[in-house]
Amino acid sequence: MMERFQYDNRIVKDFLFVTILWGVVGMLVGLIAAIQLVVPEFNLASWFSFGRLRPLHTNAVIFAFVGNGIFAGVYYSLQRLLKTRMFSDVLGNIHFWGWQLIIVAAAVTLPLGMTTGKEYAELEWPIDILITLVWVVFGINMFGTILKRRERHLYVAIWFYIATWVTVAMLHIVNSIELPISMTKSYSWYAGVQDALVQWWYGHNAVAFFLTTPYLGLMYYFLPKAANRPVYSYKLSIIHFWALIFLYIWAGPHHLLYSALPEWAQSLGTVFSIMLIAPSWGGMLNGLLTLRGAWDRVREDPVLKFFVVAVTCYGMATLEGPLLSLKSINAIAHYTDWIIAHVHIGGIGWNGFMAFGMIYWLVPRLYGTQLFSKKLANVHFWLGTLGIIFYAVPLYFAGFFQSMMWKQFTPDGYLVYANFLDTLLQIRTAYWLRVLGGSIYIVGVFVMVYNVWRTVAAGRLIANEEAEAPPLEKMTIATESGHWHRWIERRPVQMLVLSLLVVGIGGVLELVPTFLVKSNVPTISSVKPYTPLELHGRDIYVREGCYTCHSQMVRPFRSETERYGEYAKAGEFVYDHPFQWGSKRTGPDLLRVGGKYSHSWHYYHMFDPTSMSPGSLMPAYTHLYDAVLDTSNTRDKINAMITLGVPYAADFPAQANKDLVMQSAAIAAGLKKDGIEALSDREIIALIAYLQRMGTDIKAKTPVATLQTR
Amino acid sequence: MNVIFLLIAASTVVAGIFLAAFVWAVREGQYDDDRSPAVRMLHDPVPPVKQVAPTPNPSAKERGLTKINAR
Repeated sequence: MMERFQYDNRIVKDFLFVTILWGVVGMLVGLIAAIQLVVPEFNLASWFSFGRLRPLHTNAVIFAFVGNGIFAGVYYSLQRLLKTRMFSDVLGNIHFWGWQLIIVAAAVTLPLGMTTGKEYAELEWPIDILITLVWVVFGINMFGTILKRRERHLYVAIWFYIATWVTVAMLHIVNSIELPISMTKSYSWYAGVQDALVQWWYGHNAVAFFLTTPYLGLMYYFLPKAANRPVYSYKLSIIHFWALIFLYIWAGPHHLLYSALPEWAQSLGTVFSIMLIAPSWGGMLNGLLTLRGAWDRVREDPVLKFFVVAVTCYGMATLEGPLLSLKSINAIAHYTDWIIAHVHIGGIGWNGFMAFGMIYWLVPRLYGTQLFSKKLANVHFWLGTLGIIFYAVPLYFAGFFQSMMWKQFTPDGYLVYANFLDTLLQIRTAYWLRVLGGSIYIVGVFVMVYNVWRTVAAGRLIANEEAEAPPLEKMTIATESGHWHRWIERRPVQMLVLSLLVVGIGGVLELVPTFLVKSNVPTISSVKPYTPLELHGRDIYVREGCYTCHSQMVRPFRSETERYGEYAKAGEFVYDHPFQWGSKRTGPDLLRVGGKYSHSWHYYHMFDPTSMSPGSLMPAYTHLYDAVLDTSNTRDKINAMITLGVPYAADFPAQANKDLVMQSAAIAAGLKKDGIEALSDREIIALIAYLQRMGTDIKAKTPVATLQTR
Repeated sequence: MNVIFLLIAASTVVAGIFLAAFVWAVREGQYDDDRSPAVRMLHDPVPPVKQVAPTPNPSAKERGLTKINAR
C-alpha cells in the first residue's frame, strides 16, 4: 500500500534565494575589505573601516551564504531521502525567518563595533542566544523528520547533517560563554591561553562542521543525483564519515603553533591534523570517482563542472591544511596571506562552487523548467575558476615572500627589513591582484543571478511536489543480519548521542587538562590587572577590530624577538578577556608595543598613520578624537572582571573612575609636553593607555606610572 | 568553578563506555548491503498521473527531470 504525500519545495526555494542574496552581499563586503587593504582612504567611516567590515565579511559568507546553502540543501534532500515531508512547515518558517533575523542583526551590530572580539564568533550575546534558539528549532525539525520517515535506512548524507547539527550546537554554546555587562557588551568567560584554546577549538571546528561536514552531505546527495549514478563506494563513505568526525575535533590547536599554548596541546593538534588527510581524501576521492566513466558528461553539464572543481578544491585545501599544521611550514605561513589564500580555496572553491552547482541543479527542478542558459552557467563557471586562481595564487606568493622578508637577516645579524611596513609595501601588487580575482569571481555570481532570475521567470514554483512511498514497516528480525552499520542507521537518537560522544571525547580530553593543570599557565607575579583606563582602551581595541590586522603573540623565533621583543609567555594573558592574539599580521605584532613609542607618536599615528609611517596602509581613527570615553559603565566592567576572577581589591570598583581620571590626566599632561593640547576625556587617551601598557608587565623597566590596582 | 571540570571528566568516563559499546557493535557487525542505499537514493518515484491535489504545471516539471536525467 503506497502513501501519498507532498514535498515542501517552498522552504527550499526560500533558503536558496537568500543563499544567493547573502552570497552577493557577503562577497561584496569582502571585495570592499580587499580594496581597503590597498587604499586606506577607502576606510570611509568608523563603521566602514576594515576592522569592522572584515568580521562582517567572514560572518556573512560563512553563516549567511554557506549557512543558508546548507539549509536549502538539507531541506530538499532530507525530504526525498526519507520519503516524507519535513516534520513541520511552521518550524521551517521559524527557522528561516529566525536565521535571516540573525543575519540582519549581524549586519547592523558588527559595523557599529559591537563585537566579542573572537574570530567567527564576533556576534554579541543576545544574538548568540538567538542563534542557539534557531539552531534548536532546526534540530527539532530535522530529527522530527527523521523520526517520521518512510525509509528505514539513513543515507550517508543524513549522518553528515546530524553530525553537523550536534557539533555546531556544542561548539557554539561552549565558545560563547560570556559575561554580559550590557545588551551590547560582554566579556569572554575564559581568559588568555584558555580563551585561545576554546576559541580555536571552536574556530577550527566551525570550519569542520559548518563548512565541511554539511557540504560533504550535500555532495553525497547532489553529486550522485547530478551524475545520475551511485556514489563510488558506499562503504568508504561510512568509514570516512566516522573517521572524519572523530579526528576533526582534535585539530584545533594547530592554529596556535609556536604560541603560548602548552607544547603537548600543540603537538596533539599537529598529529591529528596529519591524520585528517586520510578521511578528507576519502571524501574527495569518493566524490571524484563517482564520476568514473562519466567524465564526458562533465564536459557538457555545468552542474558537474562546478562540483568537480569544488571537490578538487576540497582535496587541495584538506591536504594543504595538514601540511600547514607541521610546525616547520606553519612557522613560515602563519600570520601571512598564505592562510588567506588557503581559506579562500576552501571558501570560494569548495563551498562556493558546491553552492553554485546545487543552485543550478535545484532552481530548474523547483520551477518545473529548464535552466535559462547553459552557456551563461558555463560563463559563470569559467569566471569563477579564474577568480579563484587570480585570488589565491598572488596571495600564496605574497604570503611566502613576506614571511621570508620577515625572517631575513644581514650577514651582521640585523634584520634586513627592520621596518615592518617595507615588507607590506612589497606585496601590494598581490593585494591588487586579489581585488581583481575577487571582482572576477563576483561578476560570475552576478551572471548566475541573472540566469536564475530568467529561469525562475520562465517557470512556476512547484510549491508542493507530489510523491508516494510505502509506509515504514515495523522492525523485523532483520536487524541481526545486514551491514553492521545498519544498527546505527536505524536509530537516529542513539546516533545523535553517539555522535555527540565521539566529538565530545576529543574536545573534553583536550580542554580539561589545560583548565585543570595549573602548571600549564605559569603564574608571573609581575603581571597585574589592567587599570580602568587601560581596560576601556582594550575594549576600544576590540571594538575597532585591531586584531584583524595585528597579532599579540611574539613567537619564540629570533626573527621575531629581534623585531618585537621578548617572546610571549602564557602567564602574561591571564587577565585578557577575551584574548587578542590575532591570526594575521597585516600590520606588526603589538604584544610588546608598550613603551616602544611616545604618547605623542601614538596620538599622531592613530589620527593619520602616514604621518608617522609614510606609506602606511592602516586606516585613520579620527573618530576616537571626537568621541568622549563612556565612563558610566567603568564600575560594571571592573565588577565583571572581579566575577571572572581578576584580583582587583574589593573597594576598587567604587574608586575606579577616580583612578581613570588620574591616569588620563597624566597621559594628557605627557602629550602636552610634546606640544599637543589633547582633551583627556577622549577615547584616544584610553587607547593610548592600553597600547602603552601592552606587554610591559614582564619588561624590566616599569612603564607609565599607574595606580596600584591591588 | 573547578568542579565543573570534574563533572566534565566524569562524563568523559561515561563517554568512554559508550565508545566501547560502539566499538563492540562494529566488531559484532557484518557487511552485506553496502550497495543498494547508494542506488536507491537516485530514484524518486513520481506518482501516477492521477492528481490528488492540484499542483501547478507538474508535467513541465517531469519534462525537466527526464530530460536531464535521461542519460
